[in-house]
Amino acid sequence: MSKKIISMNVNGKKVEEAVESRTLLVHFLREKMNLTGAHIGCETSHCGACTVDIDGESVKSCTCFAVQCEGSEVITVEGLAQGGVLHAVQEGFYKEHGLQCGFCTPGMLTRAYRFLHDNPNPTEEEIRVGMSGNLCRCTGYQNIVKAVQYAANKLREDAKNPVAA
Amino acid sequence: MIPPSFDYHCPKTVSEAIELLTKFGDEAKILAGGHSLLPMMKLRFAEPANLIDLNKIPELRGIKEEGGVIKIGAMTTENQVLFSELLLKKVPLLPEAAKLIADPQVRNRGTIGGDIAHGDPANDHPAIAMALDAIFVLQGPKGQRKVKAVDFFHGTYMTALAEDEILVSIEVSPFAPKTGYAYHKLKRKTGDWATAAAAVVMQMSGGKVTHIAIGLTNVAPTALRASAAEELMVGKEITPALLDQVAESVRSICDPAEDLRGDAEYKTAMAGEMTRRSITAAMAHC
Amino acid sequence: MNAPDRKAALQGMGDSRLRKEDARFIQGKGNYVDDIKLPGMLHMDIVRSPLAHARIKKINKEKALAIPGVIAVLTADDLKPLKLHWMPTLAGDVAAVLADEKVHFQMQEVAVVIAEDRYIAADGVEAVEVEYEELPVVIDPIKALEKDAPVLREDLAGKTEGAHGKRYHHNHIFTWDAGDKEATDAAFKNAPVTVSEKLLYPRVHPCPLETCGTVASFDPIRGELTTYITSQAPHIVRTVVSMLSGIPESKVRIVSPDIGGGFGNKVGIYPGYVCAIVSSIVLGRPVKWIEDRIENLSSTAFARDYHMTGELAATAEGKILGLRAHVIADHGAFDACADPTKFPAGLFHICSGSYDILAAHCTVEGVYTNKAPGGVAYRCSFRVTEAVYLIERMVDVLAQKLNMDKAEIRKKNFIRKEQFPYTSAFGFEYDSGDYDTALDKVLNAVDYKGLRAEQATKRADPNCPTLMGIGLVTFTEVVGAGPSKICDILGVGMFDSCEIRVHPTGSAIARMGTITQGQGHQTTYAQIIATELGIPSEVIQVEEGDTSTAPYGLGTYGSRSTPVAGAAIAMAARKIHAKAKKLAAHLLEVGENDLEWEIDRFKVKGNAEKFKTMTEIAWAAYNKPPAGMEPGLEAVHYYDPPNFTFPFGAYLCVVDIDKGTGETKIRRFYALDDCGTRINPMIIEGQIHGGLTEGFAVAMGQLLSFDAQGNIQGNSLMDYFLPTSVETPHWETDFTVTPSPHHPIGAKGVAESPHVGSIPTFTSAMVDAFAHLGVTHLEMPHTAFKIWKELKAHGLTH
Repeated sequence: MSKKIISMNVNGKKVEEAVESRTLLVHFLREKMNLTGAHIGCETSHCGACTVDIDGESVKSCTCFAVQCEGSEVITVEGLAQGGVLHAVQEGFYKEHGLQCGFCTPGMLTRAYRFLHDNPNPTEEEIRVGMSGNLCRCTGYQNIVKAVQYAANKLREDAKNPVAA
Repeated sequence: MIPPSFDYHCPKTVSEAIELLTKFGDEAKILAGGHSLLPMMKLRFAEPANLIDLNKIPELRGIKEEGGVIKIGAMTTENQVLFSELLLKKVPLLPEAAKLIADPQVRNRGTIGGDIAHGDPANDHPAIAMALDAIFVLQGPKGQRKVKAVDFFHGTYMTALAEDEILVSIEVSPFAPKTGYAYHKLKRKTGDWATAAAAVVMQMSGGKVTHIAIGLTNVAPTALRASAAEELMVGKEITPALLDQVAESVRSICDPAEDLRGDAEYKTAMAGEMTRRSITAAMAHC
Repeated sequence: MNAPDRKAALQGMGDSRLRKEDARFIQGKGNYVDDIKLPGMLHMDIVRSPLAHARIKKINKEKALAIPGVIAVLTADDLKPLKLHWMPTLAGDVAAVLADEKVHFQMQEVAVVIAEDRYIAADGVEAVEVEYEELPVVIDPIKALEKDAPVLREDLAGKTEGAHGKRYHHNHIFTWDAGDKEATDAAFKNAPVTVSEKLLYPRVHPCPLETCGTVASFDPIRGELTTYITSQAPHIVRTVVSMLSGIPESKVRIVSPDIGGGFGNKVGIYPGYVCAIVSSIVLGRPVKWIEDRIENLSSTAFARDYHMTGELAATAEGKILGLRAHVIADHGAFDACADPTKFPAGLFHICSGSYDILAAHCTVEGVYTNKAPGGVAYRCSFRVTEAVYLIERMVDVLAQKLNMDKAEIRKKNFIRKEQFPYTSAFGFEYDSGDYDTALDKVLNAVDYKGLRAEQATKRADPNCPTLMGIGLVTFTEVVGAGPSKICDILGVGMFDSCEIRVHPTGSAIARMGTITQGQGHQTTYAQIIATELGIPSEVIQVEEGDTSTAPYGLGTYGSRSTPVAGAAIAMAARKIHAKAKKLAAHLLEVGENDLEWEIDRFKVKGNAEKFKTMTEIAWAAYNKPPAGMEPGLEAVHYYDPPNFTFPFGAYLCVVDIDKGTGETKIRRFYALDDCGTRINPMIIEGQIHGGLTEGFAVAMGQLLSFDAQGNIQGNSLMDYFLPTSVETPHWETDFTVTPSPHHPIGAKGVAESPHVGSIPTFTSAMVDAFAHLGVTHLEMPHTAFKIWKELKAHGLTH
């Protein structure tokens, strides 16, 4: 098994590592990068707990080889907060009790982040469809919907009143 | 959970990809969206020695209108289909159906070409392509050739694609004004394959059907075109009695695999029911 | 600050305060077992049987051992010298750790591969060659008891006494019964009306999002074993590991870190854990084992598989005179049911439910089959899911027989508020309840009469495209195991514990013997202490799960945390409160009788200016205790509950069934729960949403089935129904508060009620949709496929 050197940007930082072709992106992130936020809940690409953001799209990192991400921009849950300030989706999940055991949460957050980026003013139905690639066993989704709505409102408010640099 | 080892190849052009395919033959598998292939590899049901990744080939992406034909690159993702302004305007059946395929994340990687080329009767695009009278453009070492969707699917995982060919694009005609369309897919949950699904493209004039195409998903070893059912409808008004006949005709050609979604009787009945619902929905656009 | 503001600042009991544990989870800094990396750590993966019943002829390790990076391959033969190839179960049976000469279920553990990394371990697993000789398979628990049924447990040959009494057949495990058979038989003999129904509760699986796993780390220099493990009962694990390994308990440290959902899946000790621990001891390096999802669904504790027959005897007016229940319980190949020792059928005898039934009797027969072991899991409160399902279905069946309204028949039979504490025909002493108020509240909230009128209209219209059903359940749960004289796990009484230490500057740390898996203990436990001691919950640190620091406890399952550990917390806090009062009296130079407690301080009666806050008292405890008083401000309490607690609820569900496809839309689900005192309403509501969603999944789509060869089906997320945000209905929640009189803070526990109560509610609604056609029961899961078959049988669909 020969290894390949790959490089990509993870949470804004350039990284370069040797991997096997078969190394799944989720293992690359969790074990090489020590970013253990993305979790593994299945092996059939259903649960979404491994969701990250690759080049502006939500992707299940368990269904993608690290070598496929050569030159890509990858954002994980660890990269959502900026300068110690939580992202609106993180604040929303906290304020609306959108998590219990926390295992699905990183996947939910990175997905919600991209979802709201693409759809800043969603209806409840759109939120449920938009988040349907992420399974949760604890919350029944109702508070997750509220969390995403909270974040949508906050992002729209922040956009109206940008904080002075 | 852990795939077996393989050699990874990332060609930048279609020609390069075909060279690699020719070189490795059955020791290689194409990597498109990967959301059918990787799960199989992780469960060790597939152990290809070589993977040829098509994701970095620009010629395989993009949706355009050229010479009155809509050309969709095989590596167009489901989300790209879903959000395409051009398709929404000219072939709205495709974006509508894409909503019912997989989930948001999978749709960022799953491709229309992969969905077709796999030859899996459970996939949605084959039946939709049949209903659209789509043409598939294949390319091999000897060049390109075109195959009609209705002629492409030979059996479960068996298509017209030669071992050294790849699907490069899908060609469909833009809809004429007032073309009716619908894709009704019965499924157990978001992301599931169809228990049964029916794609309908229809035109009417003076209250009678002038054009009808019905494609059926996952009720036979391949997607089906319900030609006999279509013949029952041409030139007729759509009445409840006609819909009953159409449903019966659809049922008569079904041969579904039995699984946890249902037995043959149920899936067959549902093919009829989805057809019924798709026709009724399509009428609203006519 | 005025009193209300000081109370609010505590964020104590009753406050929907946000959770203290969230910060790490929302930033991807949780610490789950698979996040743990130790220097030199190896990875373990498991070779599993493709066959349900077979002899092992040969295991060939050579190819696997030849792979660079594979360190070891272990089979039962390697565990034999350590006497660890079999292990005792929680149910008094033994289970194979690695298959010893034969395999008993598909996916059973046959060998383990230890390698430098998880990728190589997987390659190793593929390279191990096992030769099998197939044996006839037993899948049907009823057929398993036939005279000529194949013998499953050759290791039990000749053993006619099991852990729970006599064994009547080679595949029979136990027969257990409760109640008064004679009185019940008499009631049935003389009753004007009797009804009977077969009720299957199919095999399902808790499927928490995080699978099971462990990192076992034996330090050969210190002779100490540290094991990180997905366990809902870390202290029990420590005791068992010590007993099995011979390492003294004082040198065994079990840590349950963050756990991604338990739901009863993470109570038992699995072969993977034992093999990882043994491997670590033998190799002197940490060994990690994390199972896949398919492994989790196929081999870890399943739930239910109860084949029940329910019978009710009643008057013509619908007053229930007697209840009879018979169960064939499919336990799989080994009895590893996680029940308190004396209860092989858990608390199934709660099956007289919310009703005043004078004569009742139930019998449960445990049976071996070629399936994975388990049975008690998935928010079941020890078989209460099965019990509540039985009684609620039977009450509906009786109502339909007598053409009575399903709410009316319940009200007719309820245990009345004045009858509490109420001793049931099975000997449970229900602590408190007010079933009428709960039911009335629900019926009013949904306009029950209006719904029945709508249903009548729809039934009269042959063109209506849907069948409408209204489901109703009024359940009583039993949780909080439990009094140690009747409840023990492997001989350890089911008490629980809390220690609290207040620091000199007024904040505190507290540790308990339970372990949260998402229930929010770090928040709710702090809230109890905040109210008891007047310290803001924000500065009370709660720790669980590390057996080296936490006081001994029996863990978290069966909704026992609030009833048992919650009580221990209150009692420990009250010990501190009592000492604090003495200190306050000393500081204020008054007698204790001159003091009164107000929110966060002791005040001198009649002199509001003279007071000492808990913060001031804490400081004094460390430098100014009165003569004869020890410095410090801490306490520990081990709470042996005097009784179980009995949360209850009333749930109503409205469904609309699509006649064309058999699909069901849950139009409305109204859930009223009474869990006594409510510590954090926001957290309770979250638990209810989660439990209802699990119940929805169980009732409407989940199933682990087997074909005739014992191949398990539906054991991946491709088929095992986990609803997404799209399928999951919107939940309406409500509550009443009927405190438990025997509990220090009147709280009962709540998290399993929505699971227990919702499942029969969905079935009730589905059956109700067909009731006018004479249908009395429909078996779960209520998939579109099954419902369509029913529609077809009644000529309602094409």
